[in-house]
Amino acid sequence: MSAFTSSPCSAHTKKTLKNILKNYQLYIFLIPALVYIIIFHYGPMYGVQLAFKNFIATKGITGSPWVGFKQFNRFFSSANFWRVIKNTVTINLYSLCVNFPVPIIFALMLNNVAHKRFKSFVQTVTYAPHFISTVVLVSMMLVFLSPRSGFINIILKNYFGMEPIFFMAKNELFKTIYVFSGLWQNMGWAAIIYIAALTGIDRELHEAAVVDGANKIQRIIHIDIPGIMPTMVTLLILNMGSIMNVGFEKVFLMQNSLNLEASETISTYVYKVGLVGADFSYSTAVGLFNSVINFIMLLITNQLSKKVTEVGLF
Amino acid sequence: MNKSKKISIFNVDTIFDIVNHAILILIVISILYPLYFIVIASISNPVMVSSGQVLFWPRGINFEGYKAIFKDRIIVSGYKNSLVYMVLGTSINMIVTIPAAYSLSRKDLVGKDAIMFIFAFTMFFSGGLIPTYLIVRNLGMINSIWAMVIPNAMSVYNLIISRTFFRTNIPYELLEASQIEGCSNIRFFVTIALPLSKALLAVIALFYGVSHWNAFFNAMIYLNKEELYPIQLVLRNILLENQARQEMMKDLVENLSTAEQRAELIKYGMIIVASVPVLMMYPFAQKFFIKGVMIGAIKG
Repeated sequence: MSAFTSSPCSAHTKKTLKNILKNYQLYIFLIPALVYIIIFHYGPMYGVQLAFKNFIATKGITGSPWVGFKQFNRFFSSANFWRVIKNTVTINLYSLCVNFPVPIIFALMLNNVAHKRFKSFVQTVTYAPHFISTVVLVSMMLVFLSPRSGFINIILKNYFGMEPIFFMAKNELFKTIYVFSGLWQNMGWAAIIYIAALTGIDRELHEAAVVDGANKIQRIIHIDIPGIMPTMVTLLILNMGSIMNVGFEKVFLMQNSLNLEASETISTYVYKVGLVGADFSYSTAVGLFNSVINFIMLLITNQLSKKVTEVGLF
Repeated sequence: MNKSKKISIFNVDTIFDIVNHAILILIVISILYPLYFIVIASISNPVMVSSGQVLFWPRGINFEGYKAIFKDRIIVSGYKNSLVYMVLGTSINMIVTIPAAYSLSRKDLVGKDAIMFIFAFTMFFSGGLIPTYLIVRNLGMINSIWAMVIPNAMSVYNLIISRTFFRTNIPYELLEASQIEGCSNIRFFVTIALPLSKALLAVIALFYGVSHWNAFFNAMIYLNKEELYPIQLVLRNILLENQARQEMMKDLVENLSTAEQRAELIKYGMIIVASVPVLMMYPFAQKFFIKGVMIGAIKG
């Protein structure tokens, strides 16, 4: 401590140090969180070197030999490369095209409901599926879409005389089922933020427009939509940033050997080659490739967001 | 002129209202019907369910499915495990998240931006599945309850929500005043900041609680003893892999098709059983969840 006091530029350092000492309890508060994040998030980042190694269990992460970009080259030249990239990107784009605009439309519709009780009833119902677990959601899909006993096939058979369709085994239907089950689950929840933005719009604008003879549709187009535009742009950009980042759980649970052509994404592939196939280094390399692309996408969209809306994540 | 304009506005708006309400009602039905169907199917005669006779109300009401579910050792232990993981996990989450969030909300914390960066960075970049798995394995957590509650001891998203809440809801003047009185940081946090943040504590505990209850992936990769499985993993194994439990099949082998139908019946009941805790607290918790989204939407 005396070393600090004797040095010429010590006044500032001393004050900072005093401040730290005064608030030492606040640092104690941070210890559990920091220990956790360092072990379970930065620890794996240290383990990412596996991607450039050939993992040998007995030698551990540090002791395994370096192999450079061999694992990456394996991935780029593998038959799975284009398939998993294509599926990851198309599932996300498809999902974005449906799950981005629909909650906005839903929020606009709900905003035009005058009856308070009806409005809150619709909200309560539409938010609920958000809390259903992925396992339950996919179980429901399997049960409903079952070719033998699912009620959808029963209706198709009894009322339309159609042959049962094995929905979950069809490559061409996989993405549609994925996207629209996602819509069913999250439409209401995703609309919350827009509903909040809509209630923030000045009522006088609407009153003035009514006096000028504008109908509801005109008011939606000229008042509501411009009013929530910043929210829309920010969320769109954020969604674009995660275009290569498909949630593992639902795809994995919906996947079966018959729809693999359409359902194999980067994250399920990482799981499969890594934990099922025990090819640790290769799996880490594929995962790292995905993380890096995600990170780059995020940086690009963050810059874009700052330019367009002056709102950035960092 | 003016009059006809008024009439036309009235017409457009009336049509809009009718269409609007009609679509919203359709949306409500399309969300409620699948849930309703699961409920009626779970208490109906499985033969009638799979032949399409149960569409609007239950038929051949019986509780055989539920009886089979509650007789199954693994399902019951899965239920208990999920409750334990949820309670223990959420407690750990709160102890780790809330004090750290409070600390980061303090303007006078030296180095808060650097520390925040350490946390936030992990939201955007991760080591991935295998390196994380190896850490958990090296810590000896495989096949232990700790694998379910420690690797997800904190969510940075919830940390940020909490920090934003503390920052906007605990007045700095209050802190200054109590510091003059000689109040320590820990005492201020416990006796003043926390009691002012009950809504936040409810929001965060609910977010964590639901995520623990709904989780299956960590259990799938870190646990391989059936008696440790949480309910979601049990459900997944029964429904998605059609691995009807051995002891359930025992008394049904006389007729394979009855066995299949019994499995169908168990499916519906299982879906309900696995969702009940979350859906039961949902009506009470709804406003807290929405509050959480709102706090999260304010940029911290």
